[in-house]
Amino acid sequence: MSASPLHQTAAHPVLQPKGGVQPQGVLKLEGVEKSFGANKVLQGVDLSISAGEIVVLMGANGAGKSTLVKIIAGVHDADTGSIALDGVAFNPSSPAEAIRSGVCIVHQSINDGVAPDLSVAQNLLLDRLCNGETGFFFTPGKARKEAQTIAATLELDLDLDRPVRELNLADRQLVSISRALAQKPKLLILDEPTSSLSQREAERLFTIVEGLRASGVAILYISHRMSDIRRLADRIIALRDGRITGTFEKPLNYEAAVNAMLGHGLLATRNQGGERGEHLFEARDIVLKNGSAPFSFALARGEIVALTGLVGTGKSELAECMFGVRKPLSGAFELLGKTYDPASPGEAIAKGVFMAAKDRANSSIIPGFDIARNLTLPFLTSFSTMGTLNRRRENQSARIMIDQLDVVCQSEQDMLSALSGGNQQKVVIARWLSQPSRVLVLDEPFQGVDIRARGDIGRKLRETAQERATLILTAELDEALEVADRILVMSNHTIVGEHRTADLDMDALLAQISGASVIAQQAASVSDAAHGN
Amino acid sequence: MANTAKAQTRFRDLAIRYGFLVLLLVIVIFFTVMEPAFMSLRSMVFIFQSVSITAVLALGVTATLVVDGFDLSIGSVAASSMMAASYAMVVWGLGSVEAVALCLLLGLGVGLFNGLLVVVARVPDLLATLGTMFLLLGLQLIPTAGRSIAKGMMMPDGSTSTGEFDKSFLFLGRHRLWDIVPVSVIIMLVLALVIWFFLEFTRWGRVMYAIGSNELASRLAGAPVSRYKIAAYMISGVSASIGGILLAARVGRGDVSSGNNLLLDAVAAALIGFAVLGVAKPNAFGTLVGALFVGVLLQGLTMMNAPYYAQDFVKGSVLVVALVFTFSLTRAARR
Repeated sequence: MSASPLHQTAAHPVLQPKGGVQPQGVLKLEGVEKSFGANKVLQGVDLSISAGEIVVLMGANGAGKSTLVKIIAGVHDADTGSIALDGVAFNPSSPAEAIRSGVCIVHQSINDGVAPDLSVAQNLLLDRLCNGETGFFFTPGKARKEAQTIAATLELDLDLDRPVRELNLADRQLVSISRALAQKPKLLILDEPTSSLSQREAERLFTIVEGLRASGVAILYISHRMSDIRRLADRIIALRDGRITGTFEKPLNYEAAVNAMLGHGLLATRNQGGERGEHLFEARDIVLKNGSAPFSFALARGEIVALTGLVGTGKSELAECMFGVRKPLSGAFELLGKTYDPASPGEAIAKGVFMAAKDRANSSIIPGFDIARNLTLPFLTSFSTMGTLNRRRENQSARIMIDQLDVVCQSEQDMLSALSGGNQQKVVIARWLSQPSRVLVLDEPFQGVDIRARGDIGRKLRETAQERATLILTAELDEALEVADRILVMSNHTIVGEHRTADLDMDALLAQISGASVIAQQAASVSDAAHGN
Repeated sequence: MANTAKAQTRFRDLAIRYGFLVLLLVIVIFFTVMEPAFMSLRSMVFIFQSVSITAVLALGVTATLVVDGFDLSIGSVAASSMMAASYAMVVWGLGSVEAVALCLLLGLGVGLFNGLLVVVARVPDLLATLGTMFLLLGLQLIPTAGRSIAKGMMMPDGSTSTGEFDKSFLFLGRHRLWDIVPVSVIIMLVLALVIWFFLEFTRWGRVMYAIGSNELASRLAGAPVSRYKIAAYMISGVSASIGGILLAARVGRGDVSSGNNLLLDAVAAALIGFAVLGVAKPNAFGTLVGALFVGVLLQGLTMMNAPYYAQDFVKGSVLVVALVFTFSLTRAARR
């Protein structure tokens, strides 16, 4: 670590190591609240970050992380509460002002941080080009020289003349971070920076972040990834429903942090005890991602299985493999004892494997269609003779499904946009329940659904589960506990645990979700990757 | 209070649904009052005939609009098809059946090419079909070295062509059933009926609308999206080649410069069609009415001695009004 690149940037006072000096709070938030309409997103957040410290902010989707970041970055204003930077009140009215004050952000989606058609050099100087510091005449030669200085200080080992669009994601990420660092920040916010990086690429990022810590930059690191958190965190703050639900100092208790973030409150689990029949679906030695461990599992007739794990651990990738959207790197599926290797969702549906994808607005709903036509879309062949549709039969079938799932609407000819989120989700579920399936995969079926609709959907899934195997993907532990007979835990793109809901060991489950049981594995895969290349 | 609000919404819904048809009716009545001859059978037939080729092209482009694509090449496909038919008969001496088959194959081929550009090469639809348009505009000039094709024309090598337009081919463009209804009008109506039925009542049409509304969701509902998109461009290509055949049969020569206006007129008709019935989406009935709307307006104005050079301005005005109607009123009502 002593060879950290940023030690050499002594020219700038902020980047000088603060050896011996008492760490001071660079950023201090007190009682920050923010509402959007009736929706209270932040309900009194206190937070302080010192120079040379990495604070990890954990929170599930919708916990308020991005809102918090946007307030610090000057995108939103806080309703109440105060923010101080270096002890001075800090109320940036625009992102540009925040940057000038020394707050830099690297966003989750890498391509937001770079201009793909410009060269690496131009990207590094983008902020200065934009705010006009460079003057009217800015020759490429001069630009290159300045960019070279920046690149040398950051040990950025890239061809400065290459356009960014030719770089891979990790290198783009580096450019994006370097661009932020060229501003010599006091506070650097990294929003899930490793979400599209490989282990090795992430390792490189960690080294840089650790170098920054050593040189006295305060770092707010937002991530769900336990491997990142273990590696970097000096302190963990858990955010849930707009409140800080836990602050963890060293030695860090990771399970407790995950618990604070998910906040399931250990509710009494219902033991539904579904009838369990023969195996309908088997997965053997599936590898989802380079370097992740192979895993196998089976789904039996009549049971409901929940696959849980933090966001970005590979749940959706598995579902997409099962539905013919993509292929696993290796391994095989079996359906009813026969090899199952669907080339497209159409083939999967024909073979009786259905999937309701997550994020219904983008991946399930046809906004221009009414309820009936949304319901029948995958099964049009059975509603038509010689290609001609029978609308009466479609509407009839739609009315039955609306009735069964208690969809609140005027008629089956309502447009989907007229329905509430929960009712839209019911329509999506109803679509895949309207025809018999062998395997039903539901990716985040309770996303953005209120508690009543959630109960309705869960009940209906249970009622109809007899003849098929049901796999529910969810990042929320409560949901898994509420609906499933069996819980599979996924971490780092592999399955790390299996529990029966009836006799659940909550501590072990939380440990697996937080990744405690896979450290060894992970270390092995890192060294594999290193040897492999 | 609640009742008046409800009545207002109801009125607005009716206005959106039938507003454009009522406007068409009002215009027809206006012209009839001003110029009684406007309502005559002859004048009506003339309107239909004047828009028949435009409407045929517009019906094809409707299919690409349905899958959220666009086909800018229809005008040049029609022109190429006209040149191909003329060349086949005048230079090669082929019969009308062969000439028509050749044109239809040309249309299908260009449609397939467009579809592959969009789906496989992932070129954005507007750019892909713009490229094809340019390509065809140039290609149709090459065999005749830029000359128009007519009976007894001089060939690039100095010889004189020997073939001529087949009588039965010219029949397509010039014959009138019962001495009054042109064959091209019948073809337009039949094609409109077929495409309307296909889009509204078959499962293939349903899937095409689904793709246009949300491509990812359609793929995840099992639709083979790429194949449907290619098919849409092929429908568009073949319709445009039918338009070209009718054009060649009407003028009886392969004229390099005809078909210039076809693209804009056809696209305008399809876009005006969004507003008809207030559905705010491409539809075959709307496209046909859109084409007729323009035809009625031009015929009426011509009879009232409006100058011919004002025609494009009138078309443009109708298009802008229809687009505003579609995108502000209809969308607002959906909220």
